[in-house]
Amino acid sequence: MKAVMSGWDVEKIRQDFPVLSQTVNGKPLVYLDNAASSQVPQSVIDRTSKYLAEEHSNIHRGVHYLSQHATTAYEAAREKVKRFINAPDVDCCIFVRGTTEGINLVAHAYGKGFINEGDEILVSEMEHHSNIIPWQVVAEERGAKLRVIPMNRKGELIVEEYDKLLSERTKIVAMAHVSNALGTVNPVKEMIASAHKLGVPVCLDAAQSVPHFPVDVQDIDADFFVFSGHKMFGPTGSGIVYGKREWLDKMPPYQTGGSQIRTVSFEKTTYAPLPAKYEAGTPAIAAGIGLGAAIDYINSIDFEAAARHEHELLEYATERLSDIPGVTIVGTAAEKASVLSLTIEGIHPHDIGTILDQDGIAVRAGHHCAQPVMKFFEVPATARASFAFYNTREEVDKLADSVQKVIEIFA
Amino acid sequence: MSELSELYQETILEHNKNPRNFREIEDADRSADGNNPLCGDALRVYVDLEGDVVKDVAFKGSGCAISKASASMMTQTVKGKTKEEAEKLFEEFHSMVTGGLDVETEENDLGRLKIFAGVIEFPARVKCASLSWHTLNAALHGEEVVSTE
Ligand SMILES: Cc1ncc(COP(=O)(O)O)c(C=O)c1O
Repeated sequence: MKAVMSGWDVEKIRQDFPVLSQTVNGKPLVYLDNAASSQVPQSVIDRTSKYLAEEHSNIHRGVHYLSQHATTAYEAAREKVKRFINAPDVDCCIFVRGTTEGINLVAHAYGKGFINEGDEILVSEMEHHSNIIPWQVVAEERGAKLRVIPMNRKGELIVEEYDKLLSERTKIVAMAHVSNALGTVNPVKEMIASAHKLGVPVCLDAAQSVPHFPVDVQDIDADFFVFSGHKMFGPTGSGIVYGKREWLDKMPPYQTGGSQIRTVSFEKTTYAPLPAKYEAGTPAIAAGIGLGAAIDYINSIDFEAAARHEHELLEYATERLSDIPGVTIVGTAAEKASVLSLTIEGIHPHDIGTILDQDGIAVRAGHHCAQPVMKFFEVPATARASFAFYNTREEVDKLADSVQKVIEIFA
Repeated sequence: MSELSELYQETILEHNKNPRNFREIEDADRSADGNNPLCGDALRVYVDLEGDVVKDVAFKGSGCAISKASASMMTQTVKGKTKEEAEKLFEEFHSMVTGGLDVETEENDLGRLKIFAGVIEFPARVKCASLSWHTLNAALHGEEVVSTE
């Protein structure tokens, strides 16, 4: 008998995800690499195939039936995004290929418009490389300085230090909503409010927050909010930059080309209004429509109950694994979501990953594109289990048993 | 599970625990850094040459059991060999772990290094096994940095 936790029928939910029913190395797949990419429900697969089979055409360009049909479907997905994050304005939701492209868009366009010599950009110590390097590049180009919001040994940002770093030189703050390496949920609402007191905008890397709990961008008052579709049950190649109109209107475009212009001559180009201004070229149409279907899926389940279930799993896993001698949990913030990063004394995470894989358990072993985090905790890498609402308590037990086995092999 | 026990054989686990020639060589004639950015394995290989002969070879760094054991056994094997012999071993080892050489049926000088043939069943780990060899090869050719990505 499988227990139904928090009114959440996990066995029923699992049936929505075809990937989950397979075996790996002769064992049922235990998919615990959701932070890298989550699995896709049948409804998203169906919607994407339907588009490709029946509706495909280029958007915003044709007067013909299919083009209008595709355009309508794509714009309907944008509307779903708007409601999903409670954006005030659908035109402020820009389609990109993923978080990385989205942060590059914000960094380069905002940097060109608003960052000058002597200015400062704040990033946090727990960022994914894709929320460090674009800012580093922009800082160098603009003669600005990158400053780092430090964290404590639990993997929590030190808010007092952040408050001290904020100054009239600060032009933007870029930080993770939820850390992919540690699972820390940052107190973004409070931190954004502090930045706003000085008129400083904040760009949130929301890649790891939107798959795990409901977010309202107006409530937290984010200026930019960036995420990937493939980490929230949608297809790869989809992602969103939400930005406040006051910034998006004033910033120059990022990429330029077709679809984003009003008029072009060899002397001068004028750009189209939002969102087209930031959407040069033919986008990943099927992926965008798939993202819309992923949002429909999330809306069709009880997302609050899903979040509670996931949190119970994380707590249970933390308890089970902390009980194993030799295991150290990396990232023990008071507020966490989804992620359990660990090391085992004397055993490299890569070996852990290989042995777990033989038991059908998919975890990520490595630096998680967060080398500064690894350096801070003085580990070369960690093994990371990351949960989604379709994971089960039995899977956590399998993880714990397999970790125990790793220790026995290396004993 | 049988594949797993083939990968994590006693010898490999033992070299991981007690790696041989795990030290720096001060003022080494040659040294090179090897990185596997995917998993964070990073090691440095030091070589002292006497004429054409590898008089001493050692390594330092951090990595998984496969990369550490492979580095340890690499140093044991190439010590005393000529540069040419070491390079030939590198070629054979590389061939073995990438599927170009069947050590059971084709002639080779790999000897006990054959225990690494099992990594071929673990594509993600091939680079771990070959990192130290690539790094040795770079050092012998006077290059300073290699990356297996
Ligand atoms: C926190 C965070 N930021 C950014 C990214 C990059 O996302 P993507 O690879 O989808 O562009 C990821 C995922 O890898 C992530 O976890």
